[in-house]
Amino acid sequence: MEDLILRADNVSYAYEDSEGMAVRGVTLGFRTGEMTAVLGHNGSGKSTLAKLLNGLYIPTEGHVTVCGMDTQEDEHTWDIRRSAGMVFQNPDNQLVASIVRDDVAFGLENIGVPSAQMPARIETALRQVEMLPFIDRAPHTLSGGQKQRIAIAGILAMQPKALILDESTAMLDPRGRREVFDTVSRLNREQGITVVWITHFMEEAARCDRVVVMDDGQVVMDDTPKAVFSQAERLRAMRLDVPPMVALGDLLRARGLPIAHEAMDVSAMAQEVLKCR
Amino acid sequence: MPIKIEHLSHVYQPGSPFQSDALQDIDFTIEDGELLALIGHTGSGKSTLAQHLNGLLTPTSGRVLVDGEDINQKGANRRALRQRVGLLFQYAEYQLFEETVYKDIAFGPKNQGLTGDELDARVREAFARVHLPEDALQKSPFDLSGGQMRRVALAGVIAMHPRVLVLDEPIAGLDPRGRDELTEIINELHQDGVTMVIISHNMDDVARIATRAAVLHKGRLAMLGTPREIFSRGDELAAMGLDVPQTVQLCQALRAGGMDVPDCLTNEELCDAICRALGKEAAIHA
Repeated sequence: MEDLILRADNVSYAYEDSEGMAVRGVTLGFRTGEMTAVLGHNGSGKSTLAKLLNGLYIPTEGHVTVCGMDTQEDEHTWDIRRSAGMVFQNPDNQLVASIVRDDVAFGLENIGVPSAQMPARIETALRQVEMLPFIDRAPHTLSGGQKQRIAIAGILAMQPKALILDESTAMLDPRGRREVFDTVSRLNREQGITVVWITHFMEEAARCDRVVVMDDGQVVMDDTPKAVFSQAERLRAMRLDVPPMVALGDLLRARGLPIAHEAMDVSAMAQEVLKCR
Repeated sequence: MPIKIEHLSHVYQPGSPFQSDALQDIDFTIEDGELLALIGHTGSGKSTLAQHLNGLLTPTSGRVLVDGEDINQKGANRRALRQRVGLLFQYAEYQLFEETVYKDIAFGPKNQGLTGDELDARVREAFARVHLPEDALQKSPFDLSGGQMRRVALAGVIAMHPRVLVLDEPIAGLDPRGRDELTEIINELHQDGVTMVIISHNMDDVARIATRAAVLHKGRLAMLGTPREIFSRGDELAAMGLDVPQTVQLCQALRAGGMDVPDCLTNEELCDAICRALGKEAAIHA
């Protein structure tokens, strides 16, 4: 269990006015530099898990630690939030200032960064999400994908170890989705930021290092994308699905073609099919 | 009941520094019984166009004709004309407000003047169409999941008995099963003869369900045709920031690699096409 940046030990969580547990006995670790997708139907507990992972919720039972700090201990709250930043679903609910620059500065002010250091950190963060040219723009003039990247920059400015994104592409159009996913995936690869990517889009999960599937508040699958998506029937029984190219692969294999299970996107599938000639 | 859109233009905030041409000279007819997909990326004008179809917005110039009548003309039947076209907004689950699902669905038909048994029948009929568990009718809508709440909102629109249903991003944000369930509801309504207009930026869904598609780009009608015709123009779509479905992307990649497959819109169709192409090649080499 070494090198776990985010860690849940036998964690359960119940909402105040509800009888059942939204998360039940989850034990899970996220290694430094890993990009993990979390899948699960609406109501499976994946958003609750996300909020437990950066101390927005405190476990009813069990412990969550972020970089070794227990979220139960109040004195760590700010250090935890700056270590594991969270991006939410709705791009219109996360930006607070009237200029992009001030929005990115918001978190820095909260954690008491000296103002002399701020411009450099703001610019670096905006460059990382390829939004530096927009530094003096008003957030409401930006597209959904651009707004989400500004929200990510606001977190990057705090130099976090991990990013948790809770369906951050759900409200975006295809172009915006791609922008945000590619940005986060690049941050993961180039800067080693640990990513927890919660999504309903199977093709996004296929591009992560690891896929965790939640159902009824529990972790029911935890493996490579290839291993998880090779179980189409089990996923469908949990209101989930496989990426379109994986479904096609299943059909082609059923017709006797030797298509590798690794082919989960269009370019890999094209290579596999052309190899059959 | 065709909806004829005649040279429709819409300018937001005319005469102000923020003036923008949201729609320019849109001219086409939504035919009876079709399932038309309105495609375009954010800001292309598709939601603006949708809001013209039931008179929520009025054209800056041009007309919208329902059954041959201008829905924006001065006259007594304007309200009735507009009610023939039902509109479900994006993320409509946030618009529920009543104590029970029943009351929420009843809100629209009640405003139309329905009462008693007639109102009750309307509510139950609309509720049955959205495939929710029987006991949901007397629950608070806020005790349902987001996807279920969206279906309650849809039932509220269905209960007004529109002949045309315009749904703005009805499946955005749902989990895969939720998407399938809503797609099935849409297909059933379509089969029952309701003319459907679906706004979507999910090309895989458009390929699966639409009978025709209209592509909007920068406020103009850029393409109009069957999904197959539209997706065969992948380069033009890409230039507009739009995708083609993954099945079509694969067909293009296979052709680039020298394999003879036509554009396919579903996995089943594509699987057959690949097997045929491989069989033919094997026969040639033999």
